[in-house]
Parts: sequence; structure tokens; C-alpha cells
Amino acid sequence: MVEKSIEEINRRINEGNVNVVTAEEMVGIVGELGAKEAAREVDVVTTGTFGAMCSSGVWLNFGHPEPPMKMNKVFLNGVEAYSGVAAVDAFIGAGQLSETEGFDYGGAHVIEDLIRGKSIDLHATSYGTDCYPRKTLDTTLNIYDLNQAIMINPRNGYQKYNVATNGINRTIYTYMGSLLPNYGNVTYSGAGVLSPLSNDPDYQTIGVGTPIFLGGTKGHIIGEGTQHSPETNFGTLMLRGDLKDMSADYIRAANFHEYGTSLYVGMGIPIPILNEQLAQSTAVTDKDVVTNVLDYGVPSRDRPVLRKVNYEELRSGSIEINGKDTPTSSMSSFKKSREIAGELKKWVATGEFFVNSPSQRLPAKATCKPMRQTTRNPLVQDIMARDVVVIDENATFHEAAKMIMENTFSHLPVVSEDGKLSGIVTAWDISKAVAETGCNYVKDIMTKKVLTSNATDPIDIAARNLDMKEVSAMPVIDNDRYVIGIITSNDISKLFARRR
Amino acid sequence: MMIKINISSNVIGEPILAESMIETRTALNISQAHFDSTYGEIIAEVETDDFKDIRQALESKGAKVTVLDHPIVRDEEECVECGACISVCPAHVFSFDEDWGIAQDIEKCIQCGTCINMCPHHALSLEK
Repeated sequence: MVEKSIEEINRRINEGNVNVVTAEEMVGIVGELGAKEAAREVDVVTTGTFGAMCSSGVWLNFGHPEPPMKMNKVFLNGVEAYSGVAAVDAFIGAGQLSETEGFDYGGAHVIEDLIRGKSIDLHATSYGTDCYPRKTLDTTLNIYDLNQAIMINPRNGYQKYNVATNGINRTIYTYMGSLLPNYGNVTYSGAGVLSPLSNDPDYQTIGVGTPIFLGGTKGHIIGEGTQHSPETNFGTLMLRGDLKDMSADYIRAANFHEYGTSLYVGMGIPIPILNEQLAQSTAVTDKDVVTNVLDYGVPSRDRPVLRKVNYEELRSGSIEINGKDTPTSSMSSFKKSREIAGELKKWVATGEFFVNSPSQRLPAKATCKPMRQTTRNPLVQDIMARDVVVIDENATFHEAAKMIMENTFSHLPVVSEDGKLSGIVTAWDISKAVAETGCNYVKDIMTKKVLTSNATDPIDIAARNLDMKEVSAMPVIDNDRYVIGIITSNDISKLFARRR
Repeated sequence: MMIKINISSNVIGEPILAESMIETRTALNISQAHFDSTYGEIIAEVETDDFKDIRQALESKGAKVTVLDHPIVRDEEECVECGACISVCPAHVFSFDEDWGIAQDIEKCIQCGTCINMCPHHALSLEK
């Protein structure tokens, strides 16, 4: 049994004869020497990751203006920072969007601009008090003018992450990038072999107070991250570091098309090899880190799992989905992750960086719960019209017009001979048919590509689909495409009018 | 080389593409094509030596031929080499090199611009 102490490892770092390797190099070493001998040989293993971490932000202290002010609302380059704390502190979140530039500029960009030393416009408002009389403030400042600029990542270092693909027939835009229709591509995130938490999954050395690489400087772990879920192998970390010492090489603003902004955060953790068990866990490979491929085309918290996959398969360039070779894209940079593990290795080897024991272990038993919702979301079946009238595709447009007049519906779902949905006609289609002679039958004038809904869809989804496709009604169909109802934008308006 | 062939509504019903290929004995490697009743657009690869002939044949039949010589530009300062661009490119321009950096085969670029929106770091552009 090999046992080493933190003091022993730090003494070696101090003396300049520490043996430090990256988690990638450790795979070969354990393969060659076995865990026991590797534990004797290697003192520290470094990890690294560089990917989108929306859950990031910076605490800023601006100092007091004259006359003083309790800032209630704070905007930095038009991006709102949260200031519901003391007078001149604010937290700028990576995902907050600019009030004027929308998707193009957000909190992440303010953070990158601060690191780069650029000037930032500050606009603040207040209600005014006896001690803080000032009501508005406009100034320009940069990172050197601030008292503190402390990065906090409430959630970072995900042990691994879900893989995204899309089964519906249009491109969708997500925080996992653009997902092409009909399982056209796959996106993933995470550093696999270099992933910090996958290299010490039992948190033997990773805990409160662990020194880490964060954004190009030394930071610390301050606890478990939000949504920490070690029981499902989705552990996370909360991190702290000084933005003033960070570099734009390792902190980068990002835009996800039609989704929003995020921050790419470079982070690395050194793992002191105290025993063989740690030598074994740091020998984890891309193949050992297994995750799920989810269909992001299903707009629900419980997205269907299509298959399991490991990082070796993901990094090969394509994976099989439904028998088809599907190209993969990484949303996090393995090259940068390697750079970070390499940089951290250099810091340890040259005696600039020491290891220590956590002052508190991270919880090993926890799962991330879904939200408790006390009001039930209405479903399509709660408000759809069930007395829907359908028309045969072989009927004439005169018959369709008559049916619309008699039933006061302005949309008629069209069915084929077997009774299944084949199209839809509206009062407008009929007017057009009257104006442009030549089309006599419903099947000639109907819209064939019908947007449909399921009875158990939440109303929010139905409303979003109606809005995006700019239509005013959708037939509700069952699994065999029989029409069981119809939902109109009017029904939804009524529902909302009732609520307020 | 990559070319774009535009076919306008007055000749859309005629087989001018096939005729031009047979006439000049040139093989066009079509990578994208879009047709409707009013307009046609084709992206194709052609041997540089054959370009002049096929352009002449197509243009004499009413098509418009443009050389796609402004392929995608990658700003190496902005790019963090994540690889987000790889899976969305229909022409397989991007791939990882052996050091997990981004390799580009610019010759294949059909200037569709799909990768521009996919890049989280605004590192890609089609500049003219």
C-alpha cells in the first residue's frame, strides 16, 4: 500500500524534484507500471477544461461616488448587473443580455472587455436616501479603477455533460449550438480524459479550499457547485478567482446563435497522488467517461435518451444514431484544455504552485432535483375544441365554404379517404380559390404541410409553435394522425385573459 | 474549383445543365442544389482546366456562372479551436488536426455561411 502526504509532495515541489504529469500522460504511466508503482512514481496529476460555463459572473466593487449613492439598478455597457446588495457592489452574470444589442453583447462580453482593460460605461439609478442622496450616475471605468473584481462560478467543472442531437424536422438553436434537423449532427462538451472531476470522482483531494487554475491565474474551489449531483456522475464545483489577474486567453465571451451569451472558462485542478486509488482514478480514459445522447428536439426537461456514448466515440468525429453515421462537434476546446493541464504542470514543476488538503470534503451524496411546481401547466387537451369539423379532401371548395359558414370555424382540417389528416383549408384559401378559377377541390387548395399538436403538449409549446410558424390554428392529432381536436391562437388568448 | 450556377425562371424547365455537361464532356460534382418553379442554384466542383468550356456552354444557354473564390475566413485570435464548426459544415471544410487544433480544407468551401452562426466566438466570416 503506497501512502504519501500532502506535506511530502509540497516538500518535493519546494525542492524542485516533484514528478508532475498531465492526466493524459498518466493513462500511459498507469498502463505501463500499474497503479501501485505509478502512485510511488507520480506526485501530482494535472487536469484541465475549457468550455462554455453560463453559470459564471463577477462581483464588482466600484467604490463610492460623491455625493454617495445606493445603486439600485446598474448597467455596464448596457448590460444589467445585479445590485440588490450593498450600495456599490454588483454581480454581472455571463448570460445577461444587453438591453440595446440583444444577443450580440452580454455579461460575458463585459467580463472579457474588463479583462482586456477596456473602458466600460457605467449607468446607475437609485431612489435616494438621507445617507445616499444621489439618484443617477454615469461614468466610464476600467478594471484598474475597481476595488475588487472577483469571479465566481456558481457551477463549473461538470464531471461530464449530456450530448445533444435533434430529431425534429427543423434546425434548433440551443446552448449546445445549432442542431441540424433529423439527427443531422451531434454536439458535446467536456474534456473526457482531462476532466477534473472524472479524475477524482470520490473527491479525495478536491474540496473546499483546493487551489486551482482559473482563467490563467490561481483560484480556489469554494464548495460544491449548484445542481451538484454526484450520485448521477454530474458533480459540479463552485469556484472563485481574481479577475484582475486573469487573461483573455482563458476567459472568452461566447454567443450561441438564437440562444444568448455565455462565457468560456479555462479551469484546471491538480490532483496530489496520495495513494494507489488516486493513481487508478487519474488513469481514467476518454473511453471510461460515458454519457447520454439526448434528443433536444423534445422541448421538455425529460428529453428522451437515444443511446449511451463515451468520449472516445464522440471525439472520433462521428457516432451512430439510428443506424446513421452522424458528425460530432465539440463545444469545448480540447486543445485549450491540454494547454491548461500543461500550464498547471509547469507551475507545479517550477515551485510556483502547491497542493493542499481540502478544509472540507464535498458532499458525495446528492442529486439534482427538478423544480417543485404548485400550479399545473395547462395542456392542449384542456383548452382545445373537441367538436372539430373535418372535410374530405375530395369535397369541392363550395362545400368547404358552406361548412365554414355553418360551423363558424375559420379552419377546416382535411382528411383523406382513410380518415387521417392530410391538410388544412382556411377561409382565406377558399377566397383565393374563388379569385383564381381552376381549383375546384379541397385537395387542390389545401395546405399540405400542416403544423399539428398533441393533446398532451403543454400550452406554452403550442403557443411557441403557432407564433414561430405564424399560423393561427393547429389540428390536434393522435398517434395514428386522426384529428381529435383543434387549437387556435384565440383559445390561448382566452386562457391568458382569464388568468390575469 | 468551386462554382455557383444560377438558373433564372425563363430557362428553368430546360435541361441546360445536362446539355452543357454532355456538350463539353465535363463532369460537374454537384454538392448543393436548390430548385423551385422560379429559380435554380447549384454549387458544384469542376476541374480548373474544364472551367472555361463549361462556363461558356452554360452561359450561352442562359445560366449565370460565378466562381466561389472567397471561402470562409477564420480569425485565429478569436478562434478557441473547440470544433463547433465541424459538424454543421455540409462540405466538410473543418476537421481536427493531430494536436486537436482546427484544420481547414478551404478548397471545399461552398460559401453557404452555416458555420458562421454556429461559431460561439464570431471567429468565422465570409469577407469579400
